[in-house]
Amino acid sequence: MASASIQIGDDPLFLCALRRADDALILGHRLSEWCGHAPMLEEDMALANIALDLLGQARELYSYAAKVEGRGNDEDRLAYLRDERQYRNLLLLEQPNGDFARTMVRQLFYSAFADPYWRAMMNSSDPTLAAIAAKSEKESAYHLRHSSEWIIRLGDGTAESHRRAQEAIEHLWAFTGEMFEADAGERGLIDAGIAIDPASLREQWQSTVSAVLTEATLTQPTNPWMQQGGRGGRHSEHLGHLLAELQYTQRAFPGLTW
Amino acid sequence: MVTLALTDSELRQRAWDAAATVVDPEIPVLSIADLGVLREVSVKDGRVEVAITPTYSGCPAMTMITLEIELALERVGIPDADVRTVLAPAWTTDWMSEEGRQKLKAYGIAPPLPASGRRALFGAQKVACPQCGSVDTEVLSEFGSTSCKALWRCKSCREPFDYFKCH
Repeated sequence: MASASIQIGDDPLFLCALRRADDALILGHRLSEWCGHAPMLEEDMALANIALDLLGQARELYSYAAKVEGRGNDEDRLAYLRDERQYRNLLLLEQPNGDFARTMVRQLFYSAFADPYWRAMMNSSDPTLAAIAAKSEKESAYHLRHSSEWIIRLGDGTAESHRRAQEAIEHLWAFTGEMFEADAGERGLIDAGIAIDPASLREQWQSTVSAVLTEATLTQPTNPWMQQGGRGGRHSEHLGHLLAELQYTQRAFPGLTW
Repeated sequence: MVTLALTDSELRQRAWDAAATVVDPEIPVLSIADLGVLREVSVKDGRVEVAITPTYSGCPAMTMITLEIELALERVGIPDADVRTVLAPAWTTDWMSEEGRQKLKAYGIAPPLPASGRRALFGAQKVACPQCGSVDTEVLSEFGSTSCKALWRCKSCREPFDYFKCH
């Protein structure tokens, strides 16, 4: 039993798995907030299903990260006992759901990256990461198709849905640059064939996003300035609130099981 | 316990037969052997090891399936089996047995198309209605009542139906 917050180490392989685990958990948590609130029943189920896929990916990635770290942590301790500065997820994924358009734009931006990312990671020389990638890749293909179809429907829908979708794109655009970053530690893994260079996916990401936005009659922002920080633990004000809800039970009742 | 008198291969067979009776809690007409979730049964130093693989990363049925396997093995005198989850190779609907596909259809769920078609960004899939057989069908939602299913509708007989997603 332990209730004190844990600090993470700096082993590159641990951090590589942890970053992807944090991405999956935080986005999965955000999507789960829609449960019971989505615009229609089918969409309520879809968002919960995607959240479930992401939670499954997060569990595998956390378990592996904990094993690599070798400090006696496990998936639960890593998820429940870290404060926000110890989280390494993309800023994009912790942004509040906003309206449905904002949730779907966030999903499109991430899925258009996650899908080719996991496909490329299937060739990782690390067999555990390659196995997790092979499962995640299949799931992300559905997530990408789902969000693409919604963006087209919203953008090419009514004046109101178009306006909201465009507003969501403008709002979230500055968070997309962070997906393609890799720090020095991850560079070493890239050179060793364990990780792939996220920057190598930029062109594919751009082409997917452009195709969807064009079909949707939406406009891609031209502002080149990009927000950074999540990969280094510097988060927006929203993550602390999210973790307060996600971690409440374990923090209030340390070691609780059921 | 009582298993001492069996050879390893007899023990393995007994364990496989018992594990193969376990059904998917969400689709009770399919056994985990039909689904391809049951991957391997082996015997190491007299101890039975069962390997299963999840259909989807977050499939909540895995805990239940693990428990059901342990219970099924216990009923045939194997009380201390080790049930493990393996991720590689990743599960695919192509592993579903022909018998399993027929059982799904009879149950009212359209069986999965070959996995080669799943990459199309926008659906060019032709799914036959499990009630009337028409391919004049349309997708209502990519995500259905469980992780492994999508919601479709038949435009001929007007019935909605579940489609087991190709994966």
